[in-house]
Amino acid sequence: MRTILIIAAKEIREGMRNRWVLATTLLMATLALTLAFLGSAPTGSVGAGALDVVVVSLSSLSVFLVPLIALLISHDAIVGESERGTMLLLLSYPLARWQVIAGKFAGHLTILAFATLVGYGTAAVALAGSGRLDGTAGWPAFAALICSSVLLGAVFVSIGYFVSAMSDQRGTAGGVAIGVWLLFVLIYDMALLGLLVVDQGRTVTPEALNALLLLNPTDTYRIFNLGGTASAVAGMGIADQSTLASGTLMLALLLWAAAPLAATMLVFSRREP
Amino acid sequence: MKPTILLDGVSKSFGAIRAVRNVSLALAPGEIVALVGHNGAGKTTLIKLMLGLIRPTEGVVRVLGGDPSTDAEVRAAFGYLPENVAFNPALTGRETLHFYSALKRAGREQVEGLLERVGLAEAAGRRVRTYSKGMRQRLGLAQALLGRPRVLLLDEPTTGLDPALRRDFYRFLEQLRDDGATILLSSHALSELEGRADHVIIMGRGEKVADGTLDELRRLARLPTRIRIRLAEGERRDGFQGSWRAVNGRMLEIDAAPEEKVALVRAAMGAAIADLDVVPPTLDELYAHFQDRQDLDR
Repeated sequence: MRTILIIAAKEIREGMRNRWVLATTLLMATLALTLAFLGSAPTGSVGAGALDVVVVSLSSLSVFLVPLIALLISHDAIVGESERGTMLLLLSYPLARWQVIAGKFAGHLTILAFATLVGYGTAAVALAGSGRLDGTAGWPAFAALICSSVLLGAVFVSIGYFVSAMSDQRGTAGGVAIGVWLLFVLIYDMALLGLLVVDQGRTVTPEALNALLLLNPTDTYRIFNLGGTASAVAGMGIADQSTLASGTLMLALLLWAAAPLAATMLVFSRREP
Repeated sequence: MKPTILLDGVSKSFGAIRAVRNVSLALAPGEIVALVGHNGAGKTTLIKLMLGLIRPTEGVVRVLGGDPSTDAEVRAAFGYLPENVAFNPALTGRETLHFYSALKRAGREQVEGLLERVGLAEAAGRRVRTYSKGMRQRLGLAQALLGRPRVLLLDEPTTGLDPALRRDFYRFLEQLRDDGATILLSSHALSELEGRADHVIIMGRGEKVADGTLDELRRLARLPTRIRIRLAEGERRDGFQGSWRAVNGRMLEIDAAPEEKVALVRAAMGAAIADLDVVPPTLDELYAHFQDRQDLDR
């Protein structure tokens, strides 16, 4: 455990040194503030709470942004260190290889959680400060948004590590990471929509659709945030057709984070530095 | 004495490349071992095998009685300096050493002393990004010396060190050796290892070509010792015929086989000479000899 913490602390320190933490937090805060103030202009006519609108627009944004940031941080974590030559020295120390992965994961996830909490939190606090919030109704959904965003980040950090552990060169890892992002964020949904349009509900039952949505962590995340209290204003895409419970969705995301991480540890323990 | 590092019939292949072939060796506590060989002779692979970073395709590696690839206890006793050592450029030298000392449970209080020792005390607060190659090498050395290692594996340790630091470095190694550490150095600078290495292992194309003390290797190689004399004023060289060659003016030299060495020196002493040098074969020459012999055997 101590070894994991030492490695995590080093990752966080490095993240602060090379301005990763700062840049990510600023990016998230800027976008969240923009959405909070510009996006909440028409709320009066719809009648939804200001925070609910922010949750909807922020989750639509996070679906693109969080996986991108997570993959950017993680795709280099293993192959980059191998290529620079720091991994060889690290592995000669008294530690197990899975501890290296676990430590990096803890460190990177902390950075991501900090950026999300501070970035999105700033927007919520600013909204509350400007007096646009009526009551506390939107807060649970907002807290769920932050938690699920961090979990979505964990999923893609974990996938990024797997890509990194499988790659021989940093360039390869970067390319594959971009491919993974495109696949989960854009291509999968387009293909699914196309399928539904062509199929017209003949063979794709609601259960099959649920399963297909759980197979993509970004869809799982989207349903989790848009299918809850904010569903009244969601009204888009395929999200509101789904009938998945939020517990199932969370579990799916947890599995999506755990499986690639375990696979990474397995691959990495066999890799020859 | 029980050997610290024991390799028994170790081979390692990377795909079709056989990097190390059937190597057996034993390194004792309290000795400085020189591992020499051309590029690609398998030195670095051998060191990685000892560290447990890679596993042998065949054979057994034992360090301090354990398997270094699975036993973290064993690796806690290591100090390792890789060839071309690299550090994260965003951290300072001091932060880097703090990180490694924590991983080794070595205690932070060692860090300042080691920084001082390798001449980085002033640069310790600067980021590694700004360090020269020599400074990085010194930081690498400091990292290897954390926690009083019982086994030091140093891959090309003195590249980038200035002569004063180099001397200090070897003195420090000798202290560690006298405390009972096993120190393995791989190097191209053979002349530097002469007189410092208690034990020499020569590698060639993945095989162990020679293994022993410098004296043992000299005896094995049967390389001639060079005897060089300068005749005194007025002395004629009539007494020195045969294989004696004249080198510029009054100097004469001969390559003496081990068994004629003493007789030749005695004969030289009988004449009026102004100076006498007896030069045993250097490590460089021994190395070349064993390399050539391996080439002939193929």
